[in-house]
Amino acid sequence: MEKSQDEKPQDERLRDERLRDERPRDEKPQDMAMYREDDEERRGPVVAEHTLEARDVRLGYGEREIVPGLSVAVPPGKITVIVGPNACGKSTLLRAMARLLAPSAGAVLLDGRSIQEMPTKEVASVLGILPQSPTAPEGITVSDLVGRGRYPHQGWFRRWSAEDDRAVAQALLSTDVLELADRSVDELSGGQRQRVWIAMALAQRTDILLLDEPTTFLDASHQLDVLDLLTDLNRERGVTMVAVLHDLNLACRYADHMIAMKAGRIVAEGRPVDIVTAELVGEVFGMRCSVIEDPASATPMVVPLGRHHIKDPAA
Amino acid sequence: MSRAPVVTKSATHADDERLADAVRQVSAVRGRGLRRSVLVGAGLLAATLVVFGLSLSFGDMVMPIGKVVATLFGGGDGGSQFVVLELRLPRALLAILVGVAFGLSGAVFQTVLRNPLASPDLIGISSGASAVAVTAALLFQVSGLALSASALTGSLVAGAAIYLLAWRQGIAGQRLVLVGIGVGMGLSSIVWYVMARSEVTDAQEAFRWLAGSLNGRSWNQVWPLLIALGLLVPLTVLAAHALRPLQLGDDAAAGLGAKVESGRLALLACATALAGVATAAAGPVGFVAFVAAPIARRLVPGRGAALPQAALTGALIVLVADFAAQHLLPVQLPVGVVTSIIGAPYLLLLLARANRVGSGG
Repeated sequence: MEKSQDEKPQDERLRDERLRDERPRDEKPQDMAMYREDDEERRGPVVAEHTLEARDVRLGYGEREIVPGLSVAVPPGKITVIVGPNACGKSTLLRAMARLLAPSAGAVLLDGRSIQEMPTKEVASVLGILPQSPTAPEGITVSDLVGRGRYPHQGWFRRWSAEDDRAVAQALLSTDVLELADRSVDELSGGQRQRVWIAMALAQRTDILLLDEPTTFLDASHQLDVLDLLTDLNRERGVTMVAVLHDLNLACRYADHMIAMKAGRIVAEGRPVDIVTAELVGEVFGMRCSVIEDPASATPMVVPLGRHHIKDPAA
Repeated sequence: MSRAPVVTKSATHADDERLADAVRQVSAVRGRGLRRSVLVGAGLLAATLVVFGLSLSFGDMVMPIGKVVATLFGGGDGGSQFVVLELRLPRALLAILVGVAFGLSGAVFQTVLRNPLASPDLIGISSGASAVAVTAALLFQVSGLALSASALTGSLVAGAAIYLLAWRQGIAGQRLVLVGIGVGMGLSSIVWYVMARSEVTDAQEAFRWLAGSLNGRSWNQVWPLLIALGLLVPLTVLAAHALRPLQLGDDAAAGLGAKVESGRLALLACATALAGVATAAAGPVGFVAFVAAPIARRLVPGRGAALPQAALTGALIVLVADFAAQHLLPVQLPVGVVTSIIGAPYLLLLLARANRVGSGG
């Protein structure tokens, strides 16, 4: 694992930032992530990236509170993965960051402004969401579905432009589904269908993309395909990604930044190599395991230890 | 995992070529879809015009089409003017308008609620119109335009009640359909209660209205409906802007920046009003709203809601059904009976298919 010098301090900054949440609101937190500390001469924005953070959000459905108050900042330009056991509030947090769920207290800030108060199309041109197992309307074609990603860029009267065609074409190319353009979504395999939905989110051309369990219901090779695709998009276009993933080892491998949640709280966050230990997995998932180095990626690899099939029970 | 700072790859010539080719492919696919939906629309329009012409020339006195056209443009003798302009034209026009309203209404309901069973005649909107109209007619001797107004009021009140009863921090299609079917049954029982307590002759009159009939309709029903549609159709077209994202489900739609709840409410309000004005003019003509949109969607597959095609399909169905009811069947039947003969098997087919797929609709 090669380490670039600028990342570690940034992670620490993000953690510090969470601790200093009491600071006055007018101090723009996003500035910190946009500057690089190691280069004093170059104190300018590296990339004009958007920032997304949740500040003291309380989240729940009706009377049932799921996240009792939580602050988190998404590192711009990186792949953030949220992990945690079922019902720990990870999807709830993602939904709140995508303004699909209004917090009962606190706010989600996009570029320092509350997303609940921003015009919804303005949010949609910066921030895209791929919901958990979305369902396409019956009989819709791939190109029509992907084209609907252009909605935030279309007005009441300006309905379709050459720019829309270009965005759709590019999205179909990036996700490698161009040859399916006039096929019906119903006919596609699970892996193809998920790529088509990602293409729809890409056609939206947002700088931030939130994905709720994008690999669920996919077999192992398609899970890798989807995560490789997301990594390509992140590296080539600098799209900030936040994904909820179930597979811990894939999360460790593909995450630049990992957030581990339990019972509505963040237990740890940082680079997987820095935070994933047997103790953390024990605390978050209540599972005995040993953590070794992934032979392929040199990232942490969690080897679960059940009650059976252990060659040395003392290990 | 760390990585180098983001560097946008300088697009090479080959990449440009590939993208340009993809753009051509995408716009070709879109062009094909657009052409097909225009062709189907034109075909439906032509078929509607043909049946419209037939309805004007057929009857007790068969009139050649040339004479019909001449009469429409002010020619012809007094007799043919009376037959065409006063008897047949309002009836045929009403059939078209009622069909457009029901077809559009059903298409909007089904796509917004993402459920093929969600159509105003199945989820209680028409029952609301019937309950209020029958009560007004039988208990308060209301008739004419006031009867139409009470039918419209009934459908709007039923629509609002169903929406509010189904509301649980948002509207789910499945729940609204179930609530609607329940409300519809309750309202139907009101209809039968009122009918059972009335004089047989009055009840028979109400019964004819309930079946959905264009018999004896005149310009008095055409003008109000034409004005209402002149208002409601443009409103529906505007509201339908939100239909494209809404079809993808609430979360995806919100993610695309659609105002989910208000957008859906606007669409459902338009669709309820459309069904209401059509019911007010012709009674609850069964199954038109239910079958028009699925037929249209089958004619233009993959084009989303296909609202214009659904409206034209609705018009064609009512025209053909009324023509058949008048001239092709051994006994004169209300148009609603004929549309039900078409619609009921489709409902069974849909239920059988849903059972086989295991999706329950």
